[in-house]
Amino acid sequence: MSYVIFTGVAIFLSLLAFVCLYRAYIGPTAADRVVSINVITTKVTVLIALIATITGQDAFIDVALIYAMMGFIATIAVSKYIEKGKLY
Amino acid sequence: MAKDIVILVLILGSGFFFMVGTVGLIRLPDVFSRMHATTKSDTLGAGLALIALMVYRGFDPVSLKLFLILIFIYATNPVSAHIIAKAAYDKEKRAGGEL
Repeated sequence: MSYVIFTGVAIFLSLLAFVCLYRAYIGPTAADRVVSINVITTKVTVLIALIATITGQDAFIDVALIYAMMGFIATIAVSKYIEKGKLY
Repeated sequence: MAKDIVILVLILGSGFFFMVGTVGLIRLPDVFSRMHATTKSDTLGAGLALIALMVYRGFDPVSLKLFLILIFIYATNPVSAHIIAKAAYDKEKRAGGEL
């Protein structure tokens, strides 16, 4: 029962990630693209946690945690680059 | 059985809020409006999905790791939205545009 629901939500989240990728493609400014990539990162983190529960592989939870951290670092770095024109 | 109903409600709420955020990201006209739509909806959607997974797993170390991911997302998502907004605002102000 729960496996069916988790699989359905995982497929739905992957489709929504592609819709967000459309905004990253057409976005007029660079900030639009950063917002879109941030949203996709959150979605993929939840998706990895769902897949870890569906397949029963507990090690994937660590992958989700590291993916959330890497998405945060990427957002900070690109925003600083937009703001200052350099990274430091 | 009651656990299944709780998981169903939480995970469907998560899907609904993710969908609201995506519709806002596609439809709204401005950078700041899009950020306003996506940040809150995505934070709440991720929180509901991770709470549903925690309820499904029960009380064990994996559930603790899921709680750690939830705290991390709740702490960092508003911070990254604030930094993107500051970068976009400064860039537009430097270019002399109307805000």
